[in-house]
Amino acid sequence: MNTHIPQQCETCPVNPVNRDTAPVRHGLDASGSDYVIALAGNPNVGKSTVFNSLTGLRQHTGNWPGKTVTRAEGSYSYAGKRYKVIDLPGTYSLLSASTDEEIARDCILFGRPDVTVVVADATRLERNMNLVLQVLEITDRAVLALNLMDEARRHGVSVDERTLMKELGIPVIPMVARTGEGFSSLLQSIQDVANGQFVCKPKRVWTQSGKLKKAVDTLESKLQSAYPSLANVRWVALRLLEGDQRIAEAVRSGELERLSGSPIEMIHKKEAKRHVVA
Amino acid sequence: MSSREDILKTAENLRWDLGEQFHDHTVEALYGEAARISGRAVSHSGKPARFDFEKALDRLVTNRWTGFPIMVALLAIVFWLTIEGANIPSAFLSSILIDTMHPFLKSVGADLGFPWWLNGFLFDGMYLAVAWVVSVMLPPMAIFFPLFTLAEDFGYLPRVAFNLDGLFRKAGAHGKQALTMAMGYGCNAAAIISTRIIDSPRERLIAILTNNFALCNGRWPTQILIATIFIGALAPPALSGVVSSLAVVAVVLFGIAMTFAVSWGLSRTMLKGEASFFSLELPPYRPPRIWQTIYTSVIDRTLIVLWRAVIWALPAGAVIWLVSNIHIGGASIAEQTVQFLDPFGLLLGLNGVILLAYIIAIPANEIVIPTVLMLTALVARMSGIGSGAGVMFELDSELATAEVLRAGGWTILTGINLMLFSLLHNPCSTTLYTIYKETGSAKWTILSAVIPLVMGFVVCFSIAQIWGVFS
Repeated sequence: MNTHIPQQCETCPVNPVNRDTAPVRHGLDASGSDYVIALAGNPNVGKSTVFNSLTGLRQHTGNWPGKTVTRAEGSYSYAGKRYKVIDLPGTYSLLSASTDEEIARDCILFGRPDVTVVVADATRLERNMNLVLQVLEITDRAVLALNLMDEARRHGVSVDERTLMKELGIPVIPMVARTGEGFSSLLQSIQDVANGQFVCKPKRVWTQSGKLKKAVDTLESKLQSAYPSLANVRWVALRLLEGDQRIAEAVRSGELERLSGSPIEMIHKKEAKRHVVA
Repeated sequence: MSSREDILKTAENLRWDLGEQFHDHTVEALYGEAARISGRAVSHSGKPARFDFEKALDRLVTNRWTGFPIMVALLAIVFWLTIEGANIPSAFLSSILIDTMHPFLKSVGADLGFPWWLNGFLFDGMYLAVAWVVSVMLPPMAIFFPLFTLAEDFGYLPRVAFNLDGLFRKAGAHGKQALTMAMGYGCNAAAIISTRIIDSPRERLIAILTNNFALCNGRWPTQILIATIFIGALAPPALSGVVSSLAVVAVVLFGIAMTFAVSWGLSRTMLKGEASFFSLELPPYRPPRIWQTIYTSVIDRTLIVLWRAVIWALPAGAVIWLVSNIHIGGASIAEQTVQFLDPFGLLLGLNGVILLAYIIAIPANEIVIPTVLMLTALVARMSGIGSGAGVMFELDSELATAEVLRAGGWTILTGINLMLFSLLHNPCSTTLYTIYKETGSAKWTILSAVIPLVMGFVVCFSIAQIWGVFS
């Protein structure tokens, strides 16, 4: 009798047939979402393409860096939960003061998305990794979408996602957003991280060593008591130690508190609306 | 309050403890770790064939000697395809919308017992304006946008930016302005928003103020039609398509020259400062997804732009009909204004009709040409052409259009100056509103309208005077 094994497969959650592999795309309608997903990544890695395939929207994509300058928001449903997706501007880092980097940083830092999906270019992993590590410094829940795997294969580049997963402590999904390859795994990983089924153990580069760790711990406890609701105390502490004037100003004026209390969309809109000089 | 100051003080003290090199150390640690992790995960299997091909292509299109000719040649080919390809669908659309639908609608209106003014206002004014905009704009846009998007998808745009970067820097502007300028060839209002990719406010303002020198799609039909009538006609028929495309390319290149000149001027006067450095990535060439590109560029760009044009054409058509049909002291408002503007227009090598058309068409550049034709026919009181006062019409062939214009006193000088004025005049009201929203400043918004307008007057005036000396 061979009925035993198929029966198990039919109920096994690993079997793709048992997953809700077809997401329902809601386009712009982002009402009543259960989870908020932020899409981050370097410029020109296919973030907008990933955004489009998640939400079913047709945000214009183009093969040049800096294509997404305005806010893009959409939503989809997967396995009975509703996800709101926010496409952040592409940035190389979160450390400098340009408008788009600030938008990306403040959204991840203070908006507290349930999952931050970092889209990376598999053919240029090292440079993309800088942003990945910076994002991991400021969030506990992230997924790395290793996009453009087809280009990597064409160029004879192969990436071992298991090594990456072990190093970074987050799910790593090799994919080709243009063709949809790896898309269902991405949806699944987002779900797992969002509902806590997968607990990330994010790599923290900066706060491992002795001296810095102690300094951060000291500041952290002070910040914690001054701003009990602050989302990411450790990162704010780090920036203060770096002498970031904007963050220092935010502490002095109390803006920090306002930022940490506001939902992610508000931060996004507020920042995007900021004018050039008058 | 004190706890905040306490935090900042503690941070300051701790920073001293950590030492000066702290910032460098953290960044170094980050980069080192990124290199280590990716080094562990990535392996190369030495297959450099594709890289070599891309490198060879990059060497060709970004070479200082071949880069520019390739750029101009691609531009010329795109225009030629647009000009040649748009003729047939344009004629087809106008035969349906104007020759068939318009008389039909008018007779329906008459059957329903509409008074003459309502029938005229609705169908001769508003409907015809929309029909003209659709039949003239839709075909070139449906060809131009997909071609442009294919080049964008393939990865050619960053190479253009790379080629122009040196020039922009010499002009004191940001190299990424090449990208926002390219966006302007589609729509200036969209391009103004895209200047957000420029970090420095000074350079961003320069990009905003000079974006109007990139011909937007609302101005393409004017350029193409006038080039065909006045410049293509000078060449033998077999070559006229090529000659007219080259004339349009010349106007585009002149616009690029103006972009550099004004950027240079601004960065030395009102917006002083050094050009900032940035790193521009040359992304890998990617095979464009042809059907998807055509689909998205038709749906997202073409139809959205067309919709905007239609929305503005409705009230503009109404205004044109009204100024041509409301009479004060024996002549219509339109005639009186044209007569008033005529001496001024002739000084610029244009005429009163063109100036009035540009005033009426502030909301949308797309309706300049139909307005010009209607007003010309009205003022010259040509019998047998057009359908009456305030009726925007389209003539069946370019030859007939040329006849109307010549009868209205147009010369080749008028044609050339109209092409230049269409390049150098104030942006449309949507673009101005976008500039106001992005800069939050009335001063810069007004300047962005005044600068090109003044330049347009100066250039047209100079050409008219030089022309007068030599002929």
